[in-house]
Amino acid sequence: MNWGSVSTFLAMGGYAGFVWGSYGVTGLCIALETTLLMARHRRLRRKTD
Amino acid sequence: MNSPSLPDALRCVLWRDLLVAMRRRADVFTTLVFFVIVVSLFPLGVGPELKLLRTMAPGVVWVAALLASMLALNRLFAGDYADGALEQLVLAPQPLSLLVLAKIAAHWLTTGLPLVIVAPLLGLQFDLPAEALRILVASLLLGTPVLSLIGAIGAALTLGLRGGGALLSLLVLPLYVPVLIFGAGAVEASASGLGAGAHLSLLGAFLLVALVFAPWATAVALRISVE
Amino acid sequence: MTATINWFKYASPPAFYPLTGTLAPWFFAAAAVFGAMGLYVGFFVAPTDAQQGEAYRIIFIHVAAAWMSMFLYVVMAFWAGVGVAFNTRLSSMMASAVAPTGALMTFIALWTGALWGKPMWGAWWVWDARLTSELILLFLYIGFMSLQAAIDDPRRADRAGAVIALVGVVNVPIIYFSVQWWNTLHQGASVSLTRSPSMAATMLTGMLLMALAFWMYSIAVVLLRVRCIILERERNADWVKQLPEPQR
Repeated sequence: MNWGSVSTFLAMGGYAGFVWGSYGVTGLCIALETTLLMARHRRLRRKTD
Repeated sequence: MNSPSLPDALRCVLWRDLLVAMRRRADVFTTLVFFVIVVSLFPLGVGPELKLLRTMAPGVVWVAALLASMLALNRLFAGDYADGALEQLVLAPQPLSLLVLAKIAAHWLTTGLPLVIVAPLLGLQFDLPAEALRILVASLLLGTPVLSLIGAIGAALTLGLRGGGALLSLLVLPLYVPVLIFGAGAVEASASGLGAGAHLSLLGAFLLVALVFAPWATAVALRISVE
Repeated sequence: MTATINWFKYASPPAFYPLTGTLAPWFFAAAAVFGAMGLYVGFFVAPTDAQQGEAYRIIFIHVAAAWMSMFLYVVMAFWAGVGVAFNTRLSSMMASAVAPTGALMTFIALWTGALWGKPMWGAWWVWDARLTSELILLFLYIGFMSLQAAIDDPRRADRAGAVIALVGVVNVPIIYFSVQWWNTLHQGASVSLTRSPSMAATMLTGMLLMALAFWMYSIAVVLLRVRCIILERERNADWVKQLPEPQR
């Protein structure tokens, strides 16, 4: 284990903005891509009836 | 009627395109004026300090040449596409890649070559020394045909599409990057004493490869767009 | 006598469509598992870097995204080429399905690269050879997608896309080589963003696990997207009209 506490983990040695900014945006992109695709799929399945 | 021999057909296509360009001299002229204006804008944007301008000059001239070549690209096929001459070309018995090569050659003579001729004057505006001007002309002489050849592929793919010129630039500019790097790099290398030999040889290699592959790829793209 | 699977039957949209439905959830699950393992190793096992502190932990997604962006471009060009060579619609649909995910991976690589560069080299964008090549790769993806979007006839879009994708894939090594040349000449002794002084084994494991996670995710998302493309392009086919009602 590397971290003493949750707050040191979140602080990332002072680089919190950069590390969480990267992971956050990546997570957002992935979530967006998947949600948009599932919505597109649902819309198409409804149309084909 | 016998179909003309290949050299006759090529000469015919080349001459016809040159004639059309000469009859629409304004189009040819505006590309050149665009080149001059863009190059002249940069000092207005960054200030007249000669040392800075001398460093920037190869890059600026080359980027302007890229943009001017690209703007002229839709003249390559659009006119013939609109009046049906392109379909005749595609249906002709002669190999389409060679006919396309003739068209590209005519295009370069009316758009690329003027840029090469005017470039030294623009280089003087940026206080480039004589040796740098020589290398600039050499790099443009080798590079602008490559721009026309690669650009032709994009022009053939985007025939008749909405989004026209902007879409063409989007497709073609990333492919122009190596030519830009080695073209501008040649002048900088000669200025820094390293010698432009390697850069110019690479540009020459690009030209040879483009001469072999681009007309064929353009012919394929033309068939896709016309059918 | 061993039974051999006739893979070619999946080259037809009505046969491939149900396969995507069965496979996609498994790949999403694999992505989640590898992702969890990779993040665990990346945050809780890999030690703090001596020179870069905690900021280096960005490489776990930066490198994975960059690898995927390049790999997906080749995959896209491959399917586009197959589609045009064998005249199979589904192959071209696969190419079109890969493109947006590839572009997204490129964007993530660029974003995380910038966020890594700022604390390390002091600037948001450093014209590093790899980052610059990634930027041009993004332009190539956008070009492919824009070209296809501008063409109404799907078969012309397939074939035109194939030409630009194949021209692009041939040019990517040339572009990378040129940009590297340009970068070394201009920046001299600057350090490349992806060169770490010494890769601890745990760091490498973390990177590989995240790369696997991204790969599984990409496959899952591409399968889902190709499902949508099949429904869109084949909507007038009988087999589409006869699909069962959606559960929800």
